[in-house]
Amino acid sequence: MSDDIVLRTEDLTKHYGGVHALEGADFELKHGEHVAIMGDNGAGKSTFVRQITGVEQRTRGRIWLYGDEVNFAGPLDAREAGIETVFQTLALADDLDVPDNLFLGREMTKWNWLGPFRVLDYKGMRDATVAGLERTAVKIPNIRNTIRNMSGGQRQCVAIARTATFHSRLTIMDEPTAALGVQETAQVENIVRQLKEAGEPLILISHNMRQVMDLVDRIIVFRRGRIVANLDRDETDGQDVVAYITGAKTGVEYEGAA
Amino acid sequence: MADTSHGTGGLAFDKSKRAWPNEVNIFIALVLIVLIFEALGQLLPYMKGQSMLFDFNSGRDGTILNMARIKIIILQVSIIGIIALGVTQVIITGGIDLSSGSIVGATAMISMSFAQTELVNGNPNPKAIFGPWAMDLPILVPIAVGLGCGLIAGSINGLLIAYTRIPPFIATLGMMVSARGVAKWWSRGNPISFPTDEYAAISNGNLVDGLTFGVFSESWIVTQVFDGQNPAIYFLLLAVLFHFIMKYTVYGKHTYAIGSNEDAARMSGINVAWQKVMVYAVAGMLAGFAAILLTSRNVTAQAGMGFVYELDAIAMAVIGGVSLAGGRGSIIGTVLGAMIFGVIISGFTYLKLDAFYQEMVKGGIIVAAVVLDQWRQRRAALKS
Ligand SMILES: Nc1ncnc2c1ncn2[C@@H]1O[C@H](COP(=O)(O)OP(=O)(O)OP(=O)(O)O)[C@@H](O)[C@H]1O
Ligand SMILES: [Mg+2]
Repeated sequence: MSDDIVLRTEDLTKHYGGVHALEGADFELKHGEHVAIMGDNGAGKSTFVRQITGVEQRTRGRIWLYGDEVNFAGPLDAREAGIETVFQTLALADDLDVPDNLFLGREMTKWNWLGPFRVLDYKGMRDATVAGLERTAVKIPNIRNTIRNMSGGQRQCVAIARTATFHSRLTIMDEPTAALGVQETAQVENIVRQLKEAGEPLILISHNMRQVMDLVDRIIVFRRGRIVANLDRDETDGQDVVAYITGAKTGVEYEGAA
Repeated sequence: MADTSHGTGGLAFDKSKRAWPNEVNIFIALVLIVLIFEALGQLLPYMKGQSMLFDFNSGRDGTILNMARIKIIILQVSIIGIIALGVTQVIITGGIDLSSGSIVGATAMISMSFAQTELVNGNPNPKAIFGPWAMDLPILVPIAVGLGCGLIAGSINGLLIAYTRIPPFIATLGMMVSARGVAKWWSRGNPISFPTDEYAAISNGNLVDGLTFGVFSESWIVTQVFDGQNPAIYFLLLAVLFHFIMKYTVYGKHTYAIGSNEDAARMSGINVAWQKVMVYAVAGMLAGFAAILLTSRNVTAQAGMGFVYELDAIAMAVIGGVSLAGGRGSIIGTVLGAMIFGVIISGFTYLKLDAFYQEMVKGGIIVAAVVLDQWRQRRAALKS
C-alpha cells in the first residue's frame, strides 16, 4: 500500500437493522487532498463519517489510515489517531463554555496521579483556546459564555475551532456551514483554505455546490447508501454533479451499484 | 452585539454578558424566607413577638443569634445534606437516585452489627448480632463496612443504568425496595444497639477538638457552633471537597458534560458508562457515610432508618437550583438548598405548626421546587 494514501476504506458497510444506510463504500483520500462528499438527505454521508470516526461500529469492511489498518473502539481512538471531526450534530455540551468544549475528553490537567479526580488546568486551556481562535480567525464574543447562550453560527464556529485548534492528520467536516450566515460561511471556508495551504487532508460534506466547486479537488457522490461517482473538480460542473446526485447518471465504474 | 461578534479580537472577558450566578438568587431566597418567618413571629398574635434566629435579650452566648436554634437547623439538615451532595451529582448527569434512603437503612444495620461492644454494664450485649469475633472490632472495620455497603449498592445502580440502559428512575426504584428488604432481613427487624464508645464518638465526640488538638477548645466557634455538631462538620467538609471536585477536576467536568449532552460527551471520547458508574457509586458511598453518622448519633440502628431521605435530598438539590434536566446546578447551590429546607422545617416548629401540616407543606415545597425548575428549563430552552 502506497504511503500517500491518507484514508482508504474497502467495502465499508453499515446496516441499521433492515436499513442499508451504507453499502460497500470503497474510498481513497490522498495526501494533502480535499474531497467533498455530496448526496441527498439520507444518502448515507453522515453514516460514512460515523464509521470512520469510531462513533459507531461498522457492519462490514476495512479501514486504513496512513497505510495502517485501524479498528477504532470509540471516538477517542479515532481522535488519538489524528482524525478531527466536526459532526453534523456538532457534539457540543450546552452547559459548558468554549474552552471546556474545545478540550472535552482531552482536558489539560495537573496532578494526574489523582486519576479521575486530576485537576483541570483552566488557565492553560483558556490560553490555548484564545490562541486557537486567533489562528483560525474565528470570532466568539466571550469564550466564558456557555454554548446554550450562543447563536447557531457561533456554535458552529466553536465546533470548527475545536478541530482547527488541534493538529490533525485528517479533518472531517459534516455540513459545517449549514447554519451559518454569509460572513460566518466565508470564515469557515477560509479555515478550509488554510488547511489546504498547510497540506492537511480534508473530507467536506456539503450541499452547497458553489462552496464545493470553490474548495475541493474531488467530489464523491453518495446515493442511497452507495458511492455512485468519483469526479475530478476540474472535469465536472454543477449540473453534472446534480445528475449523479439525483440518479440521472451513474459513474461508469459504479454501474450496477445503485 | 453585532459589532462585537464580527470585530477583530472580540475575545475579551465581557462582564456584562456573564450571567449572575444562580447561587446568588438562591441565597436571596434563603434570606427572604428567614425574613418571612421573622415577620410572622412579629405579626402573629400568639407568637408574642418572638424571633426565630435572633436572641436580642440575653447576650449570654456572646452573640445576638439564637445559636440553639441555628445549631438544630444545621444539624437537622446535615445528614440528609451529605446524601444530597451525592444526589446532586447524580441529577447533574441527568439521572435520579431514589435509593439513598433505603441504602441508609441497609447500611445502618450492617455497619452497626460490626460496631457492637461485647459487654454492656458488665453483661453480654443483649442485641448481639454476631458472635464474640465481631465484638469490639477496631473502629475502621464498621466504617469500612458502611462505606463499602454504600459503594456496592451505588455501583449496582450505576452498572444497571450504564450498561443495561434502563432508566435511572427504574433502576434506583428497584434498589430502593431491595435495600429496604435487606435492612429488614438483616436482623429480622430487630434493632441493633450498643456500639463501642469509639463508634458513638464519630457523631457525638468532640471532633473539632480532636482535629485541632484542643487548641481552640475554649473558643467561641468551638463551644457555641461546633460542639456536638459533628454531622454538620462532616457535611461542610464534604461540601467543600465535592465543590472542588465538581468544579476543578475532570470527574466534575465529565459529570456536567454528560448531563448537558450525553451524545456529545460520548463523541468527545468520554467514557460515559464508566463515569455514570462512578457518580452513582459516590452517591451510594455518601449515603453509606450518612448511615454511619446516623447510627453513631442514635447509638442504635433500625431497619426503618433513612425513610424517604431520598426525597428530602432531591428536594434540597432542586431547591438549590440543580436542574432535573441535567447539566446545571452546583454543590454550593445544594448547600443553600439544604439551608432553605432546614429553615422552613424548623420555621414551622417555631410557628408551633402541627407536624401533620409540616409534612403536607414539605410535599408542597418539593413540588414547588420542581415547578420552578421546569420554568427555568423552559426559559433556558427559549434561549437555545
Ligand atoms: N441510528 C440510526 N438508526 C436507523 N437508521 C439510521 C440511523 N442513522 C441513520 N439512519 C438512516 O440511514 C440513512 C442515512 O443517514 P445519514 O444520516 O447517513 O444521511 P446523510 O446522507 O448524512 O443525510 P443528510 O444530508 O440529511 O445529513 C437514512 O435513511 C437514515 O434514516
Ligand atoms: Mg448527514
